[in-house]
Amino acid sequence: MAYMHIGKDFVPPDVVGKVTGRIKYSEDYSREGMVYARLLTSPVPHGRVVNIDAAEALAMDGVFGILTADDVYPDGEPQSPGLKVLTNEPTLVGEPILAIAAIDEKTAETAMAKISLTIERLPFVLDPLDSLEAGGADAYTGGNTFVFREGFAQEKWTTDQVASFRSGNEPTAEAQQSWAYGDLEAGFASSDFIHETVFSTAGYPHMSMEPRSAMAYWENGKCYLHGTSQSLSAIAEEMAGIVGVPLEDFVFINEATGGGFGQRARAGSIPSMAIPAKLSQKINRPVMMRVTREEEFTIGGARQGLQGWIKVGFRANGTMAAMDLYCISDNGGKGGGGDANSAAAGVSALYQTEAMRFRNSSIGTNTGHRGAQRGPGENQIMAIMAPIMDKAAEQLGVDRLEIRKLNAAQNGDVSGQRSEPFTSAYMPEALELAAKQFGWEEKKGRARQTNGSKVRGFGIGQGYHNAGRSGMDGIIRLMPSGRLQIHNGVGNLGTYSYASTSRAAAEVLKMPWENCDVITGRTDRHLPITSPQDGSNSIFTNTRTCYGAAQDLLGKMKEIAAMDLGGNPADYDIDGARIHQIADNTVGMSYAEVAQRGMELGGKYTGEAELPEELNTLTQLSVSRLAGSALMGIYHDPRHNNNPPGFAVCLTEIELDKETGKFQILDMVNIAECGTVVHPQGLANQLRGGAVWGIGLSALERHLYDPQNGLPASSGFWQSKIPTYLDTPLNIGTGWVDLPDPENPVGARGIGEPSMGSVSAALNAAISDALGGHLFDAAPVTTDMIINHLADVSSKAVPLAQNNFRG
Amino acid sequence: MNPKLTRRRFIKGVIASGAAVTSTSIWYAANGAERPAGSVERLIRINVNGQMRSVDVAPQETLASTLRYKLGLTGTKLGCNRGECGACTVLVDDTPSYACSVLTHSVKSMRIETVEGLQSANGDLHPVQQAFVEELSPQCGYCTPGQVMAAVGLLRANPNPTREEAQQGMAGNICRCGSYDSYLNGVMRAAQIG
Repeated sequence: MAYMHIGKDFVPPDVVGKVTGRIKYSEDYSREGMVYARLLTSPVPHGRVVNIDAAEALAMDGVFGILTADDVYPDGEPQSPGLKVLTNEPTLVGEPILAIAAIDEKTAETAMAKISLTIERLPFVLDPLDSLEAGGADAYTGGNTFVFREGFAQEKWTTDQVASFRSGNEPTAEAQQSWAYGDLEAGFASSDFIHETVFSTAGYPHMSMEPRSAMAYWENGKCYLHGTSQSLSAIAEEMAGIVGVPLEDFVFINEATGGGFGQRARAGSIPSMAIPAKLSQKINRPVMMRVTREEEFTIGGARQGLQGWIKVGFRANGTMAAMDLYCISDNGGKGGGGDANSAAAGVSALYQTEAMRFRNSSIGTNTGHRGAQRGPGENQIMAIMAPIMDKAAEQLGVDRLEIRKLNAAQNGDVSGQRSEPFTSAYMPEALELAAKQFGWEEKKGRARQTNGSKVRGFGIGQGYHNAGRSGMDGIIRLMPSGRLQIHNGVGNLGTYSYASTSRAAAEVLKMPWENCDVITGRTDRHLPITSPQDGSNSIFTNTRTCYGAAQDLLGKMKEIAAMDLGGNPADYDIDGARIHQIADNTVGMSYAEVAQRGMELGGKYTGEAELPEELNTLTQLSVSRLAGSALMGIYHDPRHNNNPPGFAVCLTEIELDKETGKFQILDMVNIAECGTVVHPQGLANQLRGGAVWGIGLSALERHLYDPQNGLPASSGFWQSKIPTYLDTPLNIGTGWVDLPDPENPVGARGIGEPSMGSVSAALNAAISDALGGHLFDAAPVTTDMIINHLADVSSKAVPLAQNNFRG
Repeated sequence: MNPKLTRRRFIKGVIASGAAVTSTSIWYAANGAERPAGSVERLIRINVNGQMRSVDVAPQETLASTLRYKLGLTGTKLGCNRGECGACTVLVDDTPSYACSVLTHSVKSMRIETVEGLQSANGDLHPVQQAFVEELSPQCGYCTPGQVMAAVGLLRANPNPTREEAQQGMAGNICRCGSYDSYLNGVMRAAQIG
């Protein structure tokens, strides 16, 4: 289909501000009379605050006040393991206990040193298995796990059960969570090759470049909060609740966010933003809270670590007959995420196994705050699965590309616990495109070729994430000037989705982009509700709402034209500047004229009547404040059917030096299967950025904690090393299948997370290939692990633990 | 201390620099009094983006703090404040430097350039900025000012780098979004634009 905007590159409105430094992040703002907050954080991994004596600090010149958990939670702290604004019951080192405000940060720091904090140490644990053992410490005061709607609980295995699992056997304890489909027993019975192993994947911090600094002030009873998030309007209601102010009196300002990756999607994962808001309310001054890199490490979130056991059966032709997956998820110090379940859904979607069983137990540890991180679960398990697929291919004599095609998701296929159909799926096409672009047939013969100490390895990886939601709202306005204002609450974290999804509205109205304004950046610009910008959903979800709002506006334009110029609405068409009769295009009105006429008519044309009944609370508030200002398109998006997948395929070639254990990525292509391409440059950025993240997962990143004191040892960029220019290939090839999805009006689906999983899988497979098919069954595979394997000492060496039993 | 400093000239300088008049050293400076023995002169003039700026600088103050919080040049970002990430990269006498790890007093005789100083007076973007826009190099944008300054420094030293040289030259700047490939495309395009 020929589009005017969809599939075309454009200059997003904020990019010039990014290259000139003019765009403002939360810490770049200031306010007259602003004072500064510093945090006093927990020095212990698990404790209970017994007493806070701040008298001496509060008596200092230039100190304005403190905020404690008692101020924030006068009725007691919420009984959940989730991240709190402040706490008297810290469950990880660095958790904020109080904030102090002063004329400057130096004074605040000096005052903080005068606070006497009495804290009772409690037992702590770093490995879920240690907690599962009888007598092992519990991460939380009420137990080592949290059961939804039931509260804290304690889960223990017998000593034999823990020892058996540590020895590499299938866990025998009953899991907290399980689901299954198909005949597992029959699947394994019919298998010609079965691989069974324990595995582990490391947790690691998000490390967004922008620390989560925030500034707040109150004016005329309203709270203005300059914060950081990946979901602008979706944050507002929950954040207002955390601050304790009605939604109509809360203004969230967030023009740009310096990275999110899952951990800034929802207010509950960034409650620290409420600290300057509450402190400002208490001392009646604007408060800036600058967050340091160390603090960002602690409260900035981390990927869940997984350890588990997996058994996979293949038939002689390479089809996957059965899969059995048991995970023990590291929930960290503040609850956790759903990584294990997503991992299971991911392997079901990607490999279309005929029978499957999934079991999982989530156990707390006194380590970083865990939560969703780019492709949570799917991207870890794909790194484990890809080498297993290669081993099966080798054992069964099937080509490595072919075994993936044999098991690939296609239109009409289903996946997951509920066997939900895909909205569309073109994985075989993605594999073929990736192979062609990479030159698989020409290159694959070089696998395992040596040159001195160096050896070549090839990897094929696939990524998946459910990539689309619905049920949100859209607001657009045709102004009396004839310009189109597209209100978009997606949030600005670097995907440019706030702008690219807005182009669906411009597309419907055939509006030149230079005549469009994207209204975003702060909630008092009256934004519609959007889904949190996580789960790769934005491009699917918000093209639906923008498209729907534009259709609503177009219908109103046609009604007005017919009313004033005669005929029926169906007799009219638009050309981007005028609405005119189809039969005689000289009879018409300019966009400005129709907008002005709509304002004269009022009522449903200007958002004052006949609103969609299902509009979300925030959208209702925004519409009520915009009512009468323009000819408006207002839309509530109904629910879509089935599962819109995002798929990606990566092929890579590496050269691994057996003397040093280091490898260099020689070639890499990362291909998207995400429906119609909306914004090619943005998509290429997601494929390249996802690739860099995949390299981090497979080769570099991990949490490290001191086992004696529970202190984090990887709170910096170089200690929990994220990939740099020199860890990534000189070029990352990109491409896309570009076939439309039927559940989206422009055919689009998301891609941000699968673009990482494909690379984590391919790279782990390539390392395995270079080492003759050795399976580490772990991620990351670090240099020391490779060297230890080559020296045949891997079973003895555990110097660089991933905080789990396998070292 | 500048012997020609008068109260009027000092106040004009402070207003021009946007600095807050709060410190005791400024009181000494403004009143022409001798500062206490052994103390460090705090009111200094530094060359930022071609302009001499008068600013009150504490002895231990980093260049990043001076730029951001005294001069209002918030384009220079703090990602780690400990020399790991490069978000605060500025040019000091044409050399990319981490402003979080440079004491302002140590560069008071040098030329400091920040991202705010690149755009020409007529509003044209610097070739590196223009190339980064055309290649859509930034994602979240937080590291972008540092990447821009690193690229400007690189291209001054090596106007026509190979892609490998550009990769090495930019390696002191981290991008968590993983936009390295897009930044390298931008650097290579900027070299062509000249």
